[in-house]
Amino acid sequence: MSAISMTAVPEAASDEASLAAQARARFKRHKQLVLLGQVAIFLVIVLGWEIAARTGFIDQFFFGSPWGICVRLFTWARDGTAYGSFWLQIWVTLEESLLGFAAGVSSGIFFGVLLGEVPYLAEVIGPYIKIVNALPRIVLGSIFVMWLGLGLPSKVLLAAVLVFFVVFFNAFQGVRSVDRNLISNARILGASRLQVVRHVVFPSAMTWIIASLHVALGFSIIGAIVGEFLGSQRGLGLVIATAQNTFDANGVFGAMLVIGGLALGAEWLMSKIEKRLLAWQPSNTRDSTIQGI
Amino acid sequence: MTARTDGLGGVELTNVTKRFVTPTGAAMTAIRDVNLRIEPGQFCAIVGPTGCGKSTTLTLAAGLETPSAGTVKVSGKPVEGITRGASFVFQTDALLPWKPVVDNVALGPMFKGEPKKEAMAKAMDWLQTVGLAGFEHHYPHQLSGGMRKRVSLAAALINDPSILLMDEPFSALDVQTRAIMSNELLTLWDRQRPSVIFVTHDLEEAIGLADKVVVITAGPGTVKAEFDIDLPRPRGAVQDIRFDKRFLELYQQIWAALREEVEQTYSRSAIAAKARGARA
Repeated sequence: MSAISMTAVPEAASDEASLAAQARARFKRHKQLVLLGQVAIFLVIVLGWEIAARTGFIDQFFFGSPWGICVRLFTWARDGTAYGSFWLQIWVTLEESLLGFAAGVSSGIFFGVLLGEVPYLAEVIGPYIKIVNALPRIVLGSIFVMWLGLGLPSKVLLAAVLVFFVVFFNAFQGVRSVDRNLISNARILGASRLQVVRHVVFPSAMTWIIASLHVALGFSIIGAIVGEFLGSQRGLGLVIATAQNTFDANGVFGAMLVIGGLALGAEWLMSKIEKRLLAWQPSNTRDSTIQGI
Repeated sequence: MTARTDGLGGVELTNVTKRFVTPTGAAMTAIRDVNLRIEPGQFCAIVGPTGCGKSTTLTLAAGLETPSAGTVKVSGKPVEGITRGASFVFQTDALLPWKPVVDNVALGPMFKGEPKKEAMAKAMDWLQTVGLAGFEHHYPHQLSGGMRKRVSLAAALINDPSILLMDEPFSALDVQTRAIMSNELLTLWDRQRPSVIFVTHDLEEAIGLADKVVVITAGPGTVKAEFDIDLPRPRGAVQDIRFDKRFLELYQQIWAALREEVEQTYSRSAIAAKARGARA
């Protein structure tokens, strides 16, 4: 066996190399084609919109135009808005979402693990949580603004409530689906209940929790913006509400674009954190979760 | 051969019955009136047909379950809560996939409150003993099945258990790896001499390893017969002892006892399958 493979090596090696080179070239070409398609779609939409707006095919007043959006964003950045600089508005929204995210995630994990660990509590409280989850929670924003006023706390609370349920259900499910053998083994090795939670249950549920964080992040931004919509003195939600009231389509789209940018940035950061936290997983399963959009 | 000096170990089941009650109220008797005595330092293999309650016996000895009737004693004391001084090796590796191998092995001492540094040093030693030096910082998924089994063994033995409970530990391994692991298990067992309860489907494995083979009847299980395995120790390679004359005699005797039970289980499951088919 080894003698045969040794004589066959030189010929096979050159063959291998050319095969590998071909495969690499094919892969590169494929990537270029994908990129080309993406750029083409972007150009068609943006240019089509701009041309349609300029030729009067669609009404600029209602639909805005890509150029108009750029101008609007530029004037905001240079002159600020009616309630302070544009950067301040971005920062306020970011602060509200991040605080809401942190509060929602930590409380979601805490109660998810608690209810997952104590079946009695889960059975008693379960139906109530389902009821609250079925309600359109976004409406709670109105109550929060009434309770907590126009400032930061009402938005943080709304964002936190939205985030809580997403994280809670995943943490709960994660705790429930921990491998029983792992728990038995830890107990036999002498682990106390707290040690089992810390070393086995929580890390095991972590994969579920992390999966929920992407959705939760989106919800925290939605919570902050909607909260600002419902009543505030600052923030991107207020910027949008003002633009709406003045029939400034470019303004609405512009603020939307900024929010999209924020969300993308947060998403990117999240992926980095996720990759770090899940470093122990076999790489093939990890890749598939990232590419699965 | 080094016997344990602390005299601990030894398992005694007296008239033990275990019934599981489902939430719908249906009761299932897993084992019934089991009497079993394993001496300190003895290696006992339990064989029996599928679903005869072999694993239940282990969970009772570990203190994970309490018997519905009868008493379970380990090291002479009745089992209350998790049995002290017991270690368990499962069929699937019970390793924490998010911890590197060395952290997994160090869990036992850490749970017992040893400082992290000492626990880690101990774990390093044990990994060396099971031939995994150099793999300390790999994650379990990066190792082969046989290597993961070695890690499981190290993690189980690091606490110097007086009883070692093994639930078909090698059944997921390929035949060659299984033979190697069997030999290593005997070597490791000889170092600490815990009492072992080794549950298996594989009669050859049972005879090759154990001092005593217990045959359990078709479920609900009870002890059908016990056979003392008088093959001399050290046994040497488990693969070779299979051709020993005495081994073959024992095999025939035990198989005669086991066969009826296996056949009964098969015919029962065939009837059950037919009933299901008729309903559908």
